[in-house]
Amino acid sequence: MSLHPILSALRRHKAGTILIALQIALTLAIVCNALFIIRARFEHMARTTGIDESDLLRVESTRTGIDSDTDAGKAALNASIRADLVALRQLPDVADAYETNSLPLSNNLWSDGYSFAPGLPPAVPTGLYNADEHALAILGVRLVAGRNFRSDEIVGHGQLGTFQPAVIIVSKHLADSLFPHGDALGKQVYFINATAPSTIIGVVEHLQTSLVDSSTDGWAWNSTLLPLRLVDPSRYYVVRAKPGRLAAAMQSVPAALYAQDPLRVIPDGAGDDDVGVQSFAQIRAAAYQGDRTLAILMGVISIMLLAVTGAGIAGLSSFWVGQRRRQIGVRRALGATSRDIARYFLIENALISAAGIAVGIVLAFEFNRWLMGKFELTQLSPAYVLVGVVMLLLLSQGAALAPALRAARIAPVEAIRSS
Amino acid sequence: MFKYYLRLGLRSLRRNPVLTALMVMAIGFGVASSMTTYTVFRAMSGDPIAWKSSKLFVPQIDPWGPAHRLNDEPPGGMTYIDAVALMRDHRGYLQSALYPIAPTVYTDDSSQKVRSAQGHAVYGEFFSMLDVPFLFGNGWSAADDEQHARVVVIGKNLNQRLFGGTNSVGRVIRLDSHSYRISGVLDDWHPEPKFYDLANASAFGTADQVFLPFTAAIDEQLFTSGRFSCGVKDPDPGFAGALASSCAWIGYMVELNTSTQVHAYSSYLDSYAHGQQVLGRFGWAPDNRLRDLPTWLAFKQVVPSETKVSIVVALCLLLVCMVNTVGLLLAKFLRRSGEIGVRRALGASRLAIAAQFGVESGAIGLAGGALGLLLTWLGVELMQGSLPKPIAALAHIDVTLLSETLLLAVVATVLAGLYPIWRAMSVRLSLQLKED
Repeated sequence: MSLHPILSALRRHKAGTILIALQIALTLAIVCNALFIIRARFEHMARTTGIDESDLLRVESTRTGIDSDTDAGKAALNASIRADLVALRQLPDVADAYETNSLPLSNNLWSDGYSFAPGLPPAVPTGLYNADEHALAILGVRLVAGRNFRSDEIVGHGQLGTFQPAVIIVSKHLADSLFPHGDALGKQVYFINATAPSTIIGVVEHLQTSLVDSSTDGWAWNSTLLPLRLVDPSRYYVVRAKPGRLAAAMQSVPAALYAQDPLRVIPDGAGDDDVGVQSFAQIRAAAYQGDRTLAILMGVISIMLLAVTGAGIAGLSSFWVGQRRRQIGVRRALGATSRDIARYFLIENALISAAGIAVGIVLAFEFNRWLMGKFELTQLSPAYVLVGVVMLLLLSQGAALAPALRAARIAPVEAIRSS
Repeated sequence: MFKYYLRLGLRSLRRNPVLTALMVMAIGFGVASSMTTYTVFRAMSGDPIAWKSSKLFVPQIDPWGPAHRLNDEPPGGMTYIDAVALMRDHRGYLQSALYPIAPTVYTDDSSQKVRSAQGHAVYGEFFSMLDVPFLFGNGWSAADDEQHARVVVIGKNLNQRLFGGTNSVGRVIRLDSHSYRISGVLDDWHPEPKFYDLANASAFGTADQVFLPFTAAIDEQLFTSGRFSCGVKDPDPGFAGALASSCAWIGYMVELNTSTQVHAYSSYLDSYAHGQQVLGRFGWAPDNRLRDLPTWLAFKQVVPSETKVSIVVALCLLLVCMVNTVGLLLAKFLRRSGEIGVRRALGASRLAIAAQFGVESGAIGLAGGALGLLLTWLGVELMQGSLPKPIAALAHIDVTLLSETLLLAVVATVLAGLYPIWRAMSVRLSLQLKED
C-alpha cells in the first residue's frame, strides 16, 4: 500500500494532524520524565539503613529544670539515664534499650569531621551516634572487624564541646573512605579540634546517617558510633521489643518512663508536630513521606495524561472516520477490502504518532535538561524514553483501533448516500 | 442573543456526547491536577507579611572566613557575639535578635500532662516590627529587655489550654525552672513559612506559643531548639561555651524604611565586620549580606523542589489537555461548516459566529470546571492524607481556590477555543452552500 494517499489526506486536515502529533510529543516528554522521577524516588526510598528495623522503637524524652552545666546537674542527669535504662530493660515487652542522640532516618544530624593529625582541616565528614555496649545488638548491626565497646569505655558527654573519645566504631563505608586499603582497624584519627586521637576498634557493615534529604548524599553511609552517654535534658531511648511485642512496648515504655519521672516531656503529637514514641516503621514512613507523595502524584498525573491523550486520539480518529464515510464507501465500491480500510486508518495514525514521537524524544531530553537546571534531578536515561515510546505507540494504535474497525465496517453503499 | 447561543451550544454539545465528555474530562483533569498541586505551592510560597516585607531585612555576618563558607555564602544565622553587638548598636528602625526555644510548661493542674511549648526568644521590638496581633495585653518594653525581665507573651492556643481562653495578662507561668509574668496573649498568628527564623527553625509546623525576652532566655541558659552550626571551631563545653563560640545559631531581623537607611545599615555592617577584623577576631575582609525578606524567602528555598516539580508537571498536563481540547473543538466546529455557511448566508456576521462558538467553548469550560472542582476537592483530600503533617495542614480549599479553579477552567477552554473559533469564523459561505 502506498503512503501517498494517506499523506495527501493528512495535508488536507493539517491542523488536526499537527495537534495530535503535538499532543503525543508533549505526552511522551512528560511521561518519560515522570517515570524517571518515580524511579528515582523509589531508589531513594529503597536505601537500607543497615539496622534491623523490626521490633525497634524510639522514645524522645526531655527533662528540663536540671542545669547540665554544673557537676551536680550532670550527676543527676547521669543517674536518671541509668535509672531509666534499668527500668526499661526490666519491662516484660522489652528485650533491651540504650540512650542516644540520634537514629538513622530521624532527620536529626549530629556531624563532625575527621583528620589524620590534630589541627589539620577535616578530610572526611561523618554522622555521629552515641552508643553504649548494648547498642550494636539492639540495632542489629553486624561487626565485620574488631570488637564492640566495653561498658567501662562509656563516658558521659554533653551536647556541646569537642569530641575526642579514645575508641570509636565506624561504618565500613567510612572506614574505606578514611583508609582505602581496608586497614582501618586499629588506626587513629582526630575529630575537629581534638587534641587526642580516637582509635578505630570496630567496623560495622553498613549504617546510614540520620538525614534522608540529599544534602548529605556524598556521605550518607559515613557513620560513627561514639562510646558516649548523652548527658543532656533531651535524648532518645532506642528500645528493641521482644519479638511480636512492639505494640505493647509502645504503651509500656512511655508509661515506665513517666513512672520514673512524671515531670519529663514525651510529646504525644497533640498540639505540636513531634510524636515522642514511634516505631521504626513509623520513622521510616515519615522520613520518606515526601518521596512517596511525589511518586504517587507523578503516577496519577501520568495516568491522567495517557488517558486524556488516548481519548483525544480516539475522539479525533472517530471524527475523521465520520467525516470520510462517503470516500470510504467509494473506495469500498472500487474494490478495497474492509481490511484495507482499517489498515489505512491505522497507518495514518502510525504516521502521525511517529512524527509526534520523534518530536517528543527531543522534547523529553530538553524537558529533563530544564528540570535538571532547576531542581536536583539527574540525567534522563534513554531506557525511560524507550519505555515511553513503546507505551505511546501502543496507546495511539490502541486508541485508533476502534475507529479504524468502525471504518472497516462502512458498506460500499455509503458512496451514494448523501450526508 | 446570548441565550440563543447558549441553547445552540448546548444542543450541539448534546449532539456529540462522547466528544463533549472527552473535552470536559480533559479540562477537568488538567485543572484539578494543577489546582491540587497549586494549593500546596500557594501556601508554601506565600509571603506572610507581604504588606511590609520589602522593609524587613536579614543581615548576615561571616564568622567563619572564606575557607569555610558554604557555596560562598556566610551562614544564615549569627553568632551570639555578633547578634548582641548589633542589638547594642541598634542602628535599624526596629530590630530583633531571636532564636528558637522549646521550654517545658509546668502547670499547677496536676491532671494536665506536662508539655513543651515551641517558641522564640526575641527582643521587645519584634512584635511591633512584625505587626504581631494581640488578643490581650501587649509585648514588653526596651527597659524589660535591658532588665532581663521575666515576662512572656503566649499564643492563643497555649492560653486556651492553660487558662481556658480568658484574659491571663498578669498571671504567672513556669517555663523550665523559672516563672514568667504574662504580658500579652497573641491573637491567631501562624505565619507560614515562619519567615522570621528561616535560618534556624523549620519553615512549617505549629505556631510559636511562647515568646520570652532574649536577654532573660540567655540568663536562664535556655539552649536553642533549632540549628546550631559551627564552622571549624567547636564551642567550649556548656552554655557559656556556646555564647562565646563562633557557632551560628541566632537569627536576626531588622526593619529599614528608606533606601538611605538600607545603605547606612549596609555600611554599618561593613564597618562592624571591619572593626572585628582590626580586633583580630575575623581574619578576613568583611563579607556581609543584607537581603530584604522577599529575596531572603527565595534564597532560603522554603518551597521544596518536590512541590515545584509537582506543579510544573501538573501544568504540563494542563497544557496537553488544552492541546487535546483544541483538536476536539476544531473537529466539532468544522463539522458544522455547513451550518455556519447557512448562518452566514442568512446575514450572521463573523463576530456573531465567533460569539456563538465562544459561548459553546465557555459552556465546556464551565462543565470542565465543575468536574475540576470535584477532582480538586478529591485531590486535596488525598494530599492531606499523604503529605508530611506540617505541610498537609497547609493544603486546604477555600472560596478563592474554588473561584480560581472555575476561572482557570473557563480561561483554559476559551484559550483552547481561540483557534477553532477563528477557523469557524473563516468558513467561506459560498463554498459551503455549493457543496450542500
